[in-house]
Amino acid sequence: MDFLTLIQLLDSTVRLATPLLLACLAGLFSERAGIFDIGLEGKMLAAAFFSAAVAALSGSVWIGLLAGISASVALSALHGLASITFRGNQLISGVAINFLAAGLTVLIAQDWFSQGGRTPSLMGGARFEPVTLPFAEALSSVPFLGPVYSELISGHSILVYIAFATVPLTWWILYRTRFGLRLRAVGENPAAVDTAGVSVIGLRYAAVIICGVLCGIAGAYLSTALQAGFVKDMSAGRGFIALAALIFAKWRPWYALWATLLFGLFGALETRPDVIQAVIGIKVQGQLLGALPYIMTVIILAGFVGKAIPPRAGGEPYVKER
Amino acid sequence: MDVMPKWAEVILVPLISLILAAILSALVILAIGEDPVEAVNLMVTGALGSTYGWGYTLYYATNFLFTGLAVSVAFHAGLFNIGGEGQAMLGGLGVALACLLIPWPHWTIALVAATVAAGLFGAAWAAIPAFLQARRGSHIVITTIMFNFIAAAVLNYVLVNLMRPAGSMDPATARFPEAVHLPTLHDILGTVGISFSKAAPANVTFLIAVVACVLVWLLLWRTWLGYEIRSYGKSEPAAKYAGISPVAITMIAMLISGALAGMMAINNVMGEAERLVLNAVEGAGFIGIAVALMGRSHPFGVFLAAILFGFLYQGGAELALWTSIPRELIVVIQALVILFTGALDNMVRMPLERLFLMMRRGDA
Repeated sequence: MDFLTLIQLLDSTVRLATPLLLACLAGLFSERAGIFDIGLEGKMLAAAFFSAAVAALSGSVWIGLLAGISASVALSALHGLASITFRGNQLISGVAINFLAAGLTVLIAQDWFSQGGRTPSLMGGARFEPVTLPFAEALSSVPFLGPVYSELISGHSILVYIAFATVPLTWWILYRTRFGLRLRAVGENPAAVDTAGVSVIGLRYAAVIICGVLCGIAGAYLSTALQAGFVKDMSAGRGFIALAALIFAKWRPWYALWATLLFGLFGALETRPDVIQAVIGIKVQGQLLGALPYIMTVIILAGFVGKAIPPRAGGEPYVKER
Repeated sequence: MDVMPKWAEVILVPLISLILAAILSALVILAIGEDPVEAVNLMVTGALGSTYGWGYTLYYATNFLFTGLAVSVAFHAGLFNIGGEGQAMLGGLGVALACLLIPWPHWTIALVAATVAAGLFGAAWAAIPAFLQARRGSHIVITTIMFNFIAAAVLNYVLVNLMRPAGSMDPATARFPEAVHLPTLHDILGTVGISFSKAAPANVTFLIAVVACVLVWLLLWRTWLGYEIRSYGKSEPAAKYAGISPVAITMIAMLISGALAGMMAINNVMGEAERLVLNAVEGAGFIGIAVALMGRSHPFGVFLAAILFGFLYQGGAELALWTSIPRELIVVIQALVILFTGALDNMVRMPLERLFLMMRRGDA
């Protein structure tokens, strides 16, 4: 495998890891606050549709992004209503949200555009174009570092850079701010937070809304940057891979980056079986690569390789008094 | 202490949830510019107005009966088995192997063998998440989700690389031999002189599903094992104190659940398609969740809910055929049912409980 193939492979790794990373960090905020969220998939899908649809209608991808985030946040609020206010089962609520998004997106797409559940192809300003970083052209002739900078680091859409910047930001919020401390506390021991006079419900809603915003960006990335338009079920299980990455990362922001990059690499390799064969000399089945994130997550969950311990109060509604 | 009388718990709460889901669905239909009354009319005539419609309704209901029972049994043990989809996929593999590898002389023997194979494969697929939950404390919801995806990959691999007949492009197995063809309701009812649509796929498996309902009821409420499963689901510490082994109950409940989900395959793989295709399950494993929630995890409730969802599925197909409403409307209705009967259960329950408390105070 030559150097340029490697760069290309890593480049598509970054592209494929971006939605996973955003969704994974979204899940991190929610689950660190004690709200399980298996509805990441549905929120991404809803955001993908609304950002593509509104971008197609308005011609501005930024308005599209806003619409996508709003749709995702609306579903988040529904999840909050069910699991925080009405103390319902968070897992069942997540399942419902996934189906709601899967059904409504096609229904509305058919009603608005009559194109068999898809949006028109996005062009020009209705799409996030690749951003060329400064000096990318000039430096591309520098050996080794030139291609790395101009091909791998430069030339992604703005959302990719936002996603990668979210990692240190999440770390800083969680570990260096008062809000982050309380957020983590509410996921471990909500009673203690309540005793300290801080609103458990408020914190959990805040976490769920942040989750919605990040899922919204992830969904918008799918339909307005990675691809040009919405197609039915385009999230294609990415929400669940993000969930797997979250467990793989043991609910930590920096680990989340590495986990999603790893799963992104699997995705990139799935489309390039020739590369694997050239490197390790064995033909690896595409199906195996596709299933690898799930298999690795099960192994991690089984605790054979470094146990993943979820936030202690995860999944349990908080009842203030008896 | 129960605040509400039993009838309110069993009938009123699910009914109100269902009405809420129906109202919202009607609003959705209105919002996309169609007439909800007209839509309901079309669905009723399409799904229940002919033996053809009934044949499809009952065919879908059979799938949902198995997956609904599967989710219910796990619910009773306090476990949320989201992996019905994957277990049913593997069940299909079991059926395909049983039907293709052995030349059965008659469909009755083949049916027994295929049922056993489907159950075994489904149970085996549930066994690993069950074991990990019981022994290692890995969250069963996450592991069963992961196993759905792994099942899809396994099935894809097996169909594309191993079981595809030579020269075929389709990722599917060969057709099953004629001898394992299951009698449809047309064949069965024909023997007693009732005419039933020949084209509809409902088959003898429906009767097996009904028997499964009765057996699950017997298991849960008439055997020691069922008692242990329910006690464990209600309170783990109490069950432990009573000498019930959490590991054993988790394993047994999930094995039964997986076997039931797997047995769905005798309906869709052996009874309808008569070969194993990639997307044989078509989300029935997930509908099992809605069915179990609506049926309050009781086999009789599951039966009613499965028929209702069978009706919705067939009716939805008719709607998609005659109007501009896409089939995905059913997915929305399904989501609303799960939302109201499952996640927002307390939203319906809390005001009702308050109402009953007020009435009780009025009496006193």
